[in-house]
Amino acid sequence: MSPNWYLYLSAALFVIGAMGVLLRRNAIVVFMCIELMLNASNLALVAFSRMNGKLDGQVIAFFVMVVAAAEVVVGLAIIISIFRTRRSASVDDANLLKY
Amino acid sequence: MNPLLLHVHHVALVLSAAHPLTKTSTGEEVAFWIFGPLAIVCALSLVFAKNAVHAALFLVVVMFSLAIFYVMNQAPFLAAVEIIVYAGAIMILFLFVLMLVGVDSSDSLVETLRGHRAASVVMCIGVVGLLVGGIAHALSGTTYTTLTDANAAHHGNVQGIARLIFTTYVFPFEVVSALLIVAAVGAMVLAHREKGQKVGQRELMKRRVAAGGRIGSLPGPGVFARHDDAAQRALLPDGSPDEADVLPEMAGIAPSSNPGDGGEQA
Repeated sequence: MSPNWYLYLSAALFVIGAMGVLLRRNAIVVFMCIELMLNASNLALVAFSRMNGKLDGQVIAFFVMVVAAAEVVVGLAIIISIFRTRRSASVDDANLLKY
Repeated sequence: MNPLLLHVHHVALVLSAAHPLTKTSTGEEVAFWIFGPLAIVCALSLVFAKNAVHAALFLVVVMFSLAIFYVMNQAPFLAAVEIIVYAGAIMILFLFVLMLVGVDSSDSLVETLRGHRAASVVMCIGVVGLLVGGIAHALSGTTYTTLTDANAAHHGNVQGIARLIFTTYVFPFEVVSALLIVAAVGAMVLAHREKGQKVGQRELMKRRVAAGGRIGSLPGPGVFARHDDAAQRALLPDGSPDEADVLPEMAGIAPSSNPGDGGEQA
């Protein structure tokens, strides 16, 4: 098995995540699909790191994880505050900037 | 630099490059073909799951498979972080918010843009074709090394990552830590709700006094009076008659004060 297969798997997971973002209307499921895309890119970074024999790819994947954690925290807080005002977690309902 | 040392270094480089990796071990291949399809199936189930909680659990399975791939790619530190941070902390956060928002908040099946589902699927198939074709074209005939040398140079994977983070990548590391603080504060500001001001006894009392009303209760008729007249005013603790005690209509009938009472009360 060639290590290229990790990259193919990563591409497949990334596209599945993108499909979820495009198809689903529930904001929380959309967020989970974004997490799937970030994880897929992490897998590619780790595979590149091994192919090149350098640890830099793993460090970048680590930074991606930190940024993803920050993004999840803020995004879920936004979802909760939208849910409080509109009683809905659907991305189609929030089509105005206020109220 | 010592020419002998340079020569030794050069030989070491040539030796490490002389064993390029073109094929991984059989164990890794077996594990990949077990967990790779599992990850794909669970990712598809995440996209098409009706219940959002099931979607979250499918995502956990995908993350565990990814942790196994990290171990196979000689990244044990990232595998541990993946399980602890992603499958542990972040997914619990997702489940908390799901329970808070309500599991039954299902998707609307109405297309806001006509035909966007078919267009999305077509676009995804196109992107996966582009990515796979690009990877196959770019990486055909390349040779690979392993991380064994890089990990051994720092006596381990964790030590190697730590050295990189705190030397080469120390500035991004500091920036990312600032980002985490900002995200924590932002989440508190966004999710915080001002509690409705509940009026207590103390606030009610202060409001009544500030309005200039009567503080105590009204006195009963005839208190401290020597007459059994209903029009007789009661006496306040300082001996003066209470103007509020008697109805205004009777005020003209009653004597304005009891002679002699003031002295006794004082």
